[in-house]
Amino acid sequence: MLNSSIQVQGLQKSYKNLHVLKGVDFEVGKGSIFALLGSNGAGKTTIVKILTTLLRQDGGTAAVNGFDVAAKPDYVRQSISLTGQFAAVDEILTGRENLIMIAKLRHLKNPLQVTDDLLNRFGLTDAADRAVATYSGGMHRRLDIAMSLVGSPKIIFLDEPTTGLDPEGRIEVWKLIKELANNGATVFLTTQYLDEAEQLADRIAILHEGRIIANGTLADLKKLFPSTKVKYVEKQPSLEEIFLAIVGKKEEN
Amino acid sequence: METVKNHFFNDMGVMLGRSIRHIFRSMDTIITVTIMPIAIMLLFVYVLGGAIQTGTDSYLNYLLPGILLITIANGIGYVSYRMFMDKQRGIFERFHSMPIAHSAPLWGHVLTSLVSNAISVLVIILVALIMGFRSPAGVLSWLAVAGMLALFTLALTWIAIIPGLTAKTFDGASVIAYPIHLLPFISSAFVPTETMPSGVRAFAENQPVTLILESIRALLYGQPVGNDIWVALAWCFGIMLVAYIFAMRAYKKRV
Repeated sequence: MLNSSIQVQGLQKSYKNLHVLKGVDFEVGKGSIFALLGSNGAGKTTIVKILTTLLRQDGGTAAVNGFDVAAKPDYVRQSISLTGQFAAVDEILTGRENLIMIAKLRHLKNPLQVTDDLLNRFGLTDAADRAVATYSGGMHRRLDIAMSLVGSPKIIFLDEPTTGLDPEGRIEVWKLIKELANNGATVFLTTQYLDEAEQLADRIAILHEGRIIANGTLADLKKLFPSTKVKYVEKQPSLEEIFLAIVGKKEEN
Repeated sequence: METVKNHFFNDMGVMLGRSIRHIFRSMDTIITVTIMPIAIMLLFVYVLGGAIQTGTDSYLNYLLPGILLITIANGIGYVSYRMFMDKQRGIFERFHSMPIAHSAPLWGHVLTSLVSNAISVLVIILVALIMGFRSPAGVLSWLAVAGMLALFTLALTWIAIIPGLTAKTFDGASVIAYPIHLLPFISSAFVPTETMPSGVRAFAENQPVTLILESIRALLYGQPVGNDIWVALAWCFGIMLVAYIFAMRAYKKRV
């Protein structure tokens, strides 16, 4: 299909006796944000690894940007970038050196210019020449996402991009992800936070016991439940709202 | 759609630049691969050397080839360490999801090992020259010495890559360094083998480090190298080939 960036059909994968994926099907539209939801160990990372050519599937097919991941991995790798819990940033190098390294590995003509632009855009210019080991969690993740934008790949895989971040860091990353999609990239996101999928995704798929058990827009998924009943409840602020309100006030002062 | 070009040498060069930065930013590595060998050289020449009978006029001239091999052996644990860290931290995962030559990260580590050992060896030879080391060897002999040292480095590097890729813990990855550190001590590096008890002597005279040492000594002092050099080369190539096969297999399977 011309309008889809990722097509997955009947995907299967086992590790020894553990049958992780038992026939997974889904499609991701061009330029959309797709969120794959599932609990720990549901197989989200396995799907990401197969789609990014790091792992071979046992059965089924997967195509990314129109290229079969098993038959044409080189073409797939040219179309994608991967960021997240297992694809690391070099801690010993500085932020700038990390970006230059990736730009050189993507064989860009002007690695220094690309690096300067990204440092600027991600608010890392001041920290650019410090070793990444000294970065805060939020800065680290910003650099990570900046690295995945080097060379403007068409499809961006973000594996649990906000795990381990504080609430402010999370909101910052959410903003970045929305910007990516606005610029035309397709974003494939895995998360275990429901609010994250709700905030960001155009389509949400739920992976459970090796299969996709629900797939659709947020409105579609809401329809799966009994129609809304009107209830009067006292609206209590969530701890997150309280935290952000207090921190916001502090910064104003 | 542009075709996928192979940029193997460019990619390997980027990997080399990265690992060399790691080395120059690690005080621990610099101390182990240059300061320690220099300290051992000073210790043996100025403290113990006076009591050691080697049958040569300068103990430093006798000692230097052994110090060079010890330098290389000392550095080899860091190959496993860097390999293990890249695998563990997920740097390999990022590289392999990118359009680069698949084996470039591995060869980057091999090249790093060669370059960093070459730097250490040069520094130590400079220090030895200041201490009074002299050799009548010509350019060709020096080139042959460089070749032997490079081959020794490569053989040890490929051995070190295997635990770096296969170990489950950091301790497991670095354990290979210990037997390798020990080998130069049970050789003719510090003292001639004649005074050793027969069992130890038989081991010392026939293990590859002694054969490589004796060949380098012969080359440096303009003596005939004899058959030792061929046996030494055969050892290096043999070890390298076997280790290479296992390392490549581990790389393809795990990375």
